[in-house]
Amino acid sequence: MAQDPADLPAWSLPAGAGERISIGVEWPERVTPDWAFGGATGKGVRVCILDSGIEPGHPLVGEIEGAVAFARGEGEDEDVEVVQDTEGDLCGHGTACAGIVRQLAPESSLFSARVLGAGFKGSGPILLAGLRWAVDQGFDVINMSLSTTKRQFAELLHELADKAYFNRTVLVASAHNMPVESYPWRFSSVISVGSHEEPDPMTFFYNPSPPVEFFARGVGVEIAWLGGGTILSTGNSFATPHMSAICALVLSKHPELTPFQLKNVLYLTANNVGGNS
Amino acid sequence: MSDLRAAVAAGALGSEQSYRELLQSIVEVARSIFEARASSVFLFDEESDELVFEAVAGEGAGDLVGQRFPSSTGIAGWVLVTRQPLVVEELDKDPRFAREAAESTGFVPKGLMAVPLLHEDNALGVLEVLDRPQKAAFSLAEMELLGKFANEAAIALDLLQKARAARTVLEDEGAEADALARFAARLDEAEPEKREAALQLLDALGKLLRER
Repeated sequence: MAQDPADLPAWSLPAGAGERISIGVEWPERVTPDWAFGGATGKGVRVCILDSGIEPGHPLVGEIEGAVAFARGEGEDEDVEVVQDTEGDLCGHGTACAGIVRQLAPESSLFSARVLGAGFKGSGPILLAGLRWAVDQGFDVINMSLSTTKRQFAELLHELADKAYFNRTVLVASAHNMPVESYPWRFSSVISVGSHEEPDPMTFFYNPSPPVEFFARGVGVEIAWLGGGTILSTGNSFATPHMSAICALVLSKHPELTPFQLKNVLYLTANNVGGNS
Repeated sequence: MSDLRAAVAAGALGSEQSYRELLQSIVEVARSIFEARASSVFLFDEESDELVFEAVAGEGAGDLVGQRFPSSTGIAGWVLVTRQPLVVEELDKDPRFAREAAESTGFVPKGLMAVPLLHEDNALGVLEVLDRPQKAAFSLAEMELLGKFANEAAIALDLLQKARAARTVLEDEGAEADALARFAARLDEAEPEKREAALQLLDALGKLLRER
């Protein structure tokens, strides 16, 4: 059914061409959680965990599709290089995020892009390089349980977030629970996530007072912990992969959805919207 | 201009101690409010890419200040690199963490809450609150409260770093700048009469130096 995008009018619409871009809407009269993700497993959806790496073989994570790491060369002005990651996870944060996505979307494919763990200095350019790579790879979902406060990176991050949005890659990013200027979660092309205190992992709320757009489970979460174990933790870092997993579930059932449409589905199926609770 | 310079020098020498006391008071209050076993502030040392214990209240106070560890390891490291506040509970169940914590800080916390110290667009360090024997897990409201303490701590840490930078400049300029700074500090403390006399003397000295 899809037309070759090269044949479609991209910059303006000539007279009578409306027919050529007509889209058959197959949404139900009422979009329910059951329609959106009922019975979904995340199968066929590729999720990139942009974080500190993933511990290989952690029972809560299982097999992953692959892992890369980003690091700066030796000199001051060296570019950031991408290499196959053989070290896994140096601090545990990425493994925790991956475990949450795996629990809720068990058949999704997980990929680790390690941008944290090699020191704090120079972490901004590494984060940017990692995100650029992940967007270019065309993952369906990129989980970013992190942010930067450096304004010098804001513009580039904004461009990448918009590129992802138009390339059908959903960027899911942790918001701050304080009024802090940090990025990329503040951009409207991103799905930003704060925490709620409900125990159900599938419960999420749309926030009518942005910039934080959604609240997902982030309190007392049992997370994967280095060494194969688990631990209880709280923070937007862990609310974010809940939302990434829900995105993966929706996309596995409705792969045609763009990020714009997906955000609509999330809005319509949120627990505080239209009597969904 | 020279007056201004002397004033800055006097401020730099005196203020570092004040900002350290302010940080100490912030961790003391955080510890009391959360009824915690300990609370600490870590400063991110950009030069060495490490986190340094800058102020500690409760368990470990006195021994830990000045201890360092790599900037992106440990839970304080998570918080620094992700800029995300975090609570971790049941830490004592993890033998590896327990051993490492016991080795570096002398005690093993059951749980802790940590927030990044953000000022302008910089991440300056991390504020942690450890263990509350009488209470249940930390809540979101408490994380927000700790976030407010973090704002204060971040400002204090920023001022502390600026005072240290000013002191370094003075030290780098050698004994002359140091002598001037000490003079400015004495002037600052002097009674009005002595101060007036000292300034007259300084003026006379200035004239003498201008004469050929």
